[in-house]
Amino acid sequence: MALRMWASSTANALKLSSSASKSHLLPAFSISRCFSSVLEGLKYATSHEWVKHDGSVATIGITDHAQDHLGEVVFVELPEEKSAVSKEKNFGAVESVKATSEILSPISGEVIEVNTKLTDSPGLINSSPYEDGWMIKVKPSNPAELETLMGPKEYTKFCEEEDAAH
Amino acid sequence: MRGGSLWQLGQSITRRLAQSDKKPLSPRRYFASGADLKKTALYDFHVAHGGKMVPFAGWSMPIQYKDSIIDSTVNCRVNGSLFDVAHMCGLSLKGKDCVPFLETLVVADVAGLAPGTGSLTVFTNEKGGAIDDSVITKVTDEHIYLVVNAGCRDKDLAHIEEHMKAFKSKGGDVSWHIHDERSLLALQGPLAAPVLQHLTKEDLSKLYFGQFQILDINGSTCFLTRTGYTGEDGFEISVPSEHAVDLAKAILEKSEGKVRLTGLGARDSLRLEAGLCLYGNDMEQHITPVEAGLTWAIGKRRRADGGFLGADVILKQLQDGPTIRRVGFFSSGPPARSHSEVHDENGNKIGEITSGGFSPNLKKNVAMGYVKSGQHKNGTKVKILVRGKPYEGNITKMPFVATKYYKPS
Repeated sequence: MALRMWASSTANALKLSSSASKSHLLPAFSISRCFSSVLEGLKYATSHEWVKHDGSVATIGITDHAQDHLGEVVFVELPEEKSAVSKEKNFGAVESVKATSEILSPISGEVIEVNTKLTDSPGLINSSPYEDGWMIKVKPSNPAELETLMGPKEYTKFCEEEDAAH
Repeated sequence: MRGGSLWQLGQSITRRLAQSDKKPLSPRRYFASGADLKKTALYDFHVAHGGKMVPFAGWSMPIQYKDSIIDSTVNCRVNGSLFDVAHMCGLSLKGKDCVPFLETLVVADVAGLAPGTGSLTVFTNEKGGAIDDSVITKVTDEHIYLVVNAGCRDKDLAHIEEHMKAFKSKGGDVSWHIHDERSLLALQGPLAAPVLQHLTKEDLSKLYFGQFQILDINGSTCFLTRTGYTGEDGFEISVPSEHAVDLAKAILEKSEGKVRLTGLGARDSLRLEAGLCLYGNDMEQHITPVEAGLTWAIGKRRRADGGFLGADVILKQLQDGPTIRRVGFFSSGPPARSHSEVHDENGNKIGEITSGGFSPNLKKNVAMGYVKSGQHKNGTKVKILVRGKPYEGNITKMPFVATKYYKPS
């Protein structure tokens, strides 16, 4: 998932902010906010999605770190069953009160199930990002892709470094 | 701007989680040091209360605290909210001719205001477009107090100063004082009046919506206006900056925690629910107050006499009707946001969204924008394009959430 400003909103911010900074997007965070949960047994993408591989099915969602930074989710856009997803390509969007984020697939494959509960209860992504907030189930077309993802320890470190740099 | 505050933030600022996945991650030294961003008197207070500080209009302001934006927005209408809006610019115009002077720059009937009352108004340019919106108060015939938006401060002050020089060179008696020694706080919601009453001897039940008083609150002389930017009953309090933290503490304590510190994120959701314009989104240099649905703010006498910048354009629009109008929308699917196109049912473009989002109190999407006159009636079915896909919507009246202004019955 990459948090991207939709171009028009960016223009608004830049137009009216008297801050000289070209970046309009980075507020300060107190560093103590780093401790979101990271689960064992899952693989993680640098764009903050997780994958749970169970035999021939991979379940995908966004991490606790992601939902925490995003804020309350008010809408989720997900693909249809039988559609294809590709590694590092956008498969949907997550909207919070103030922003829209794309969701990128960590692996390639065919969507075999979509979590329809998220239509009425998008907040499940916040309350249960690894369980009830799962987004899609995929039949992986290239299991080797899983090896390129991060493990829990690596991902935890990745998040800490990312937060510290901001 | 209603009640003195606005921001572009709601539509544009978000916390970035990761840079574009295509680019290599590099550490960025963005966080502005104290030298880059201005801080209000409550900066440390916000941080101590868990405020997430973001840059806004050159200031470091809290977008939210520990509670979510949704919870904070709901809490304002159930209990109450305390906002730091000290980034906004308060100023006083004084002198025998301050009223006729201001009337050359705004659409309000300033002369017709009773002392101690105020109103939302618009500063116009030669084309009748909005330079800024502002809440102005006639304190006395020789003193006007006004609050303008933080993002427009430099522009507005330059504009006022330029016209003041010309006015004085013709013998007019007007001067100004910019209240940088004061901080503006906004207290909104059902508990605003009961809580504030604990802190002052004056009877607040006699201060109605739009009215103003200079009085002692919590031991310091404050400018108090019964106004706001949320649609709730509430106040904007201009307090000497050295007493701002004490006042904020006292307000929170007297409410026993029910009134919460509330950030700009919730503030934007609240004003959107109240159908109020955000300058920079819903109102800009090229949009007139008539197009923006603020004809009610143009004084009756002013509609006949003009005498403000751009009056010819505005008076013509009042006669012929404007070609575009600001309206409210409900929609399904993802929230409609700024610059989303609005189409009629046949797919013809009829307008554009200027602000929108999810309403925490109504639990549905709300938005405002401009459509061609003739297509603007309530109930008109539309399609709003979000990320290239059309979603069903309809035009609706505003405010989306009923206002609760304290008015005499």
